[in-house]
Amino acid sequence: MSVRFGVIVFPGSNCDHDAYHVAKHVFGQEARFIWHKEAELGDVDFVIVPGGFSYGDYLRSGAIARFSPIMKDVVRFANSGGLVMGICNGFQILCESGLLPGALMRNESLRFVCKNVHLKTESLDSPFTQGLTSGEVLRVPVAHGEGNYFASDDILDQLEDQGRVAFRYCNENGQVTKESNPNGASRNIAGILNEGRNVLGMMPHPERCAEAILGRPDGARIFTSIVDALSVGA
Amino acid sequence: MSNVTLNEPEITPELAREHGLTDEEYGWVLEKLGRVPTYVELGIYSVMWSEHCSYKNSIAELKKLPRDGEALLVGAGEENAGLVDIGDGMAVAFKIESHNHPSAVEPYQGAATGVGGIQRDIFTMGARPIASLNSLRFGSLDNPRVRYLFDGVVRGIGDYGNSFGVPTVGGEVYFDPSYEGNPLVNAMSVGIVEVGKTASAIAIGVGNPVYIVGSATGRDGIHGATFASEEISEASEAKRPSVQVGDPFTEKLLLEASLEVINSGAVVGIQDMGAAGLTCSSCEMSEKGESGMIIHVDRVPIREEGMTPYEIMLSESQERMLIVCEKGKEDILEAIFEKWDLHAVEIGEVTDDGRVKVLWHGDLVADVPAEHLALGGGAPVYIRETKRPTYLDQTGAFDESLVPDLAVTDVRSVFETLLASPNIASKRWVFEQYDTMVRTNTVVGPGPSDAAVIRLKDSNKGLAVKTDCNGRYVYLNPRKGGQIAVSEAARNVVCAGGKPVAITNCLNFGNPYKPEVYWVFKEAVGGMGDACRSLNTPVTGGNVSFYNENPESAVFPTPTIGMLGVVDDVENHTTTFPFKNSGDIIVELRPAGFPGGGIEASEYLSTVLGRTEGDAPRFDMSEELAVQEACLRLITNGVVQSAHDVSDGGLLIALAEMSLASDNLGAQIDLAPVASGRMDGLLFSEAQSRIVLSISPERLSRAQELVASMPVEMVRIGVVADGQFTVKVAGTTVLDIAPEAMNDIYENALPNRMSNKLK
Repeated sequence: MSVRFGVIVFPGSNCDHDAYHVAKHVFGQEARFIWHKEAELGDVDFVIVPGGFSYGDYLRSGAIARFSPIMKDVVRFANSGGLVMGICNGFQILCESGLLPGALMRNESLRFVCKNVHLKTESLDSPFTQGLTSGEVLRVPVAHGEGNYFASDDILDQLEDQGRVAFRYCNENGQVTKESNPNGASRNIAGILNEGRNVLGMMPHPERCAEAILGRPDGARIFTSIVDALSVGA
Repeated sequence: MSNVTLNEPEITPELAREHGLTDEEYGWVLEKLGRVPTYVELGIYSVMWSEHCSYKNSIAELKKLPRDGEALLVGAGEENAGLVDIGDGMAVAFKIESHNHPSAVEPYQGAATGVGGIQRDIFTMGARPIASLNSLRFGSLDNPRVRYLFDGVVRGIGDYGNSFGVPTVGGEVYFDPSYEGNPLVNAMSVGIVEVGKTASAIAIGVGNPVYIVGSATGRDGIHGATFASEEISEASEAKRPSVQVGDPFTEKLLLEASLEVINSGAVVGIQDMGAAGLTCSSCEMSEKGESGMIIHVDRVPIREEGMTPYEIMLSESQERMLIVCEKGKEDILEAIFEKWDLHAVEIGEVTDDGRVKVLWHGDLVADVPAEHLALGGGAPVYIRETKRPTYLDQTGAFDESLVPDLAVTDVRSVFETLLASPNIASKRWVFEQYDTMVRTNTVVGPGPSDAAVIRLKDSNKGLAVKTDCNGRYVYLNPRKGGQIAVSEAARNVVCAGGKPVAITNCLNFGNPYKPEVYWVFKEAVGGMGDACRSLNTPVTGGNVSFYNENPESAVFPTPTIGMLGVVDDVENHTTTFPFKNSGDIIVELRPAGFPGGGIEASEYLSTVLGRTEGDAPRFDMSEELAVQEACLRLITNGVVQSAHDVSDGGLLIALAEMSLASDNLGAQIDLAPVASGRMDGLLFSEAQSRIVLSISPERLSRAQELVASMPVEMVRIGVVADGQFTVKVAGTTVLDIAPEAMNDIYENALPNRMSNKLK
């Protein structure tokens, strides 16, 4: 049975089509768009909060999106164990809405950055990463102006202690270095899990590198992991 | 005409002059109207007859360009952008436009709204923008003001495009003192639409309601078109309020809503509001439909209190469209804009008397004949005086034999100087600030290719796109420079695996009232036309930007070409320039019997020797065609590993770039087979129609066979190798450098120059 993906569409989402395309056409699953003004997600197995500039993000990325009608149901879905992945602006929105701890600040360079980075897989203990190997290095693009993950030391320690750091920025050999950190994120954090391990937020865009024609398709590894996890569950 | 109490100035010939109308033009207005114009009418004539809207000093020359081709679905200038049939039921809408003057005084907003404006030209046709490109020119980075402009322009392009959600896939940046104070910011957009599903910028159907949609109207950008039609000067700073302010989020909403409403069948005609805002869109749509329009200008949603009809008609507030709705389908239209939280207000209706009538609370404040105002109608057309500039005698007197040749011992330092020259150095600092990948169609983005390649989902085809122009060549030989601009853009597309099909252009020149400037303009356009005819790449439209002058003289004449190519098999034909495998053979593909090139007009002569002299580089149209045909044949037959055209910095820089973009591969180059006498020309000549290829050894003989019957030669000049990048000339090693060392110079040059300002 195929996985039913729901892709949230805010007015300023611009990676919604990319996430939809990967779910539907690259992985052959069911996928549909869910407009932000809707009150309910409907029948879905997996929710993607995609990248973009939800409401223009002139105030603070994701700060307005969290109040949109659909987010109430996303929070409900997540709190009842549903799988939610926030990519880039989606990660920012999940932080703003309290599903994930911490915040995404302006990049240390104060400039937008779009390039391929390397990610070290830190936790396999989630549906998003269960199919990867420990320490596996993925090459995935980032494209953001506010991707500098920040949280208090207590929260960062807790994330690490509980194995909730999903990915860290690293170099191509898997070494976590200052030079490989594209935005100044605390402890090179690129993606984190919630306590229930059913919500993932990550700044890099796996949906942008899930097909060979677009370069090394490392992003497909994450989607394969998700689809496998849900298919086994079903 | 009614007496409205709007506290408007008295209309006098002086006021008309202040509005940029000549006495002669003002006379034509009086004659046509049979009375003194109202203040609103004077404003309307002023912007519609500005250079920017009327093309009055260029249209006669533009009409000489080849503008027909079987693949063209609309002719040049007929709609907001060119439209090319690429097969499989798909068409590409594309166009390039300048935003030079706004960017000179307010770089961030100037560039941002340049990007926004060109996107609207694409989606107003019903096409979804899928790729943006740009072409930028600045003065020397030694000048802090130039660094400020460069930084602001890049941020503006990035912030607008990134938020809007269209990838910026390619572009070019050049620096030369001639652009000091008058940077060039040209933005291009490429969109895709199903054939037969396009929208038109036309007003027809008497009684059909006219809507203004999108943002509310403010005071920004009033007289922007007029500002664009004069030289930048000390006083220009005061024109900052003429620069519009962009809102990419609203543009994104407007895009989605516009495509949805076009698709709904409720739209009879639609035009974006760019230069001259509501005035231009209402006049042009009426003129095109041979209809007319009543506009109740008091109904326009405004964002500032107390705006007058004059201000509303002339505002260039961004993110707005004018739509003629099919009567009876108003509800459909309004529901769609409601969904996207955008204004959609009925402000008038289509008539059939050929006039645009503007009402303010029921009182007529303007009543003008649309045809008289519009480009292609009654707007003035001038044939300007021409005079060959005398500087060409001096630059043309350049005698290479009087320049000492480059010594072997100097090759390394000259090579490093060129690698670090902002014109050649890596532009990573620029393009990493742009989202180059959103919408996941970017097969090849900025950096490793002569042209960007975009896939078309649901098709095997792709698009290869490129902006290009070497203004120095055009300056030194306008006709040949114009030919080269088109040919090099085509060559770039070919190197990426595409077949060139059509161009858009952005003609950046000085003040057309200076006969020397106009002579150069005419020659350059003539040269472009020659090349377009030979390459069978018709001109689909574009934009002219005159009055680009620095305090001393005109900028380098810069007819920027936006070339569209089709890659028939995007998975297999797409080609980039990084070396691929150690052991691959490196060849130079060039015209048969190529005698070697000189250093005239080269980056070497300019950057290293400080001389902008000589003729434009060696170029012959028939040779160019042969080389392009050969290259495309080799690529489509699958024998090419990498391809890179020889351009700025010549053969040595082309080879170095192929190494630099690779996965740390070097090369062993031996130039004995192509040596021609002088070292400088051998290494750094920019003689045209040459392409460096790398080919795997087992395919070399097949490659030779494929081009054996063509008037080209493929000369082996080296082999890709792990380790050092070495170059031998006549048995002597003239360069031996580690790829890492080259990389340091190449990658750090621009960031280092820019971080000056932060210290």
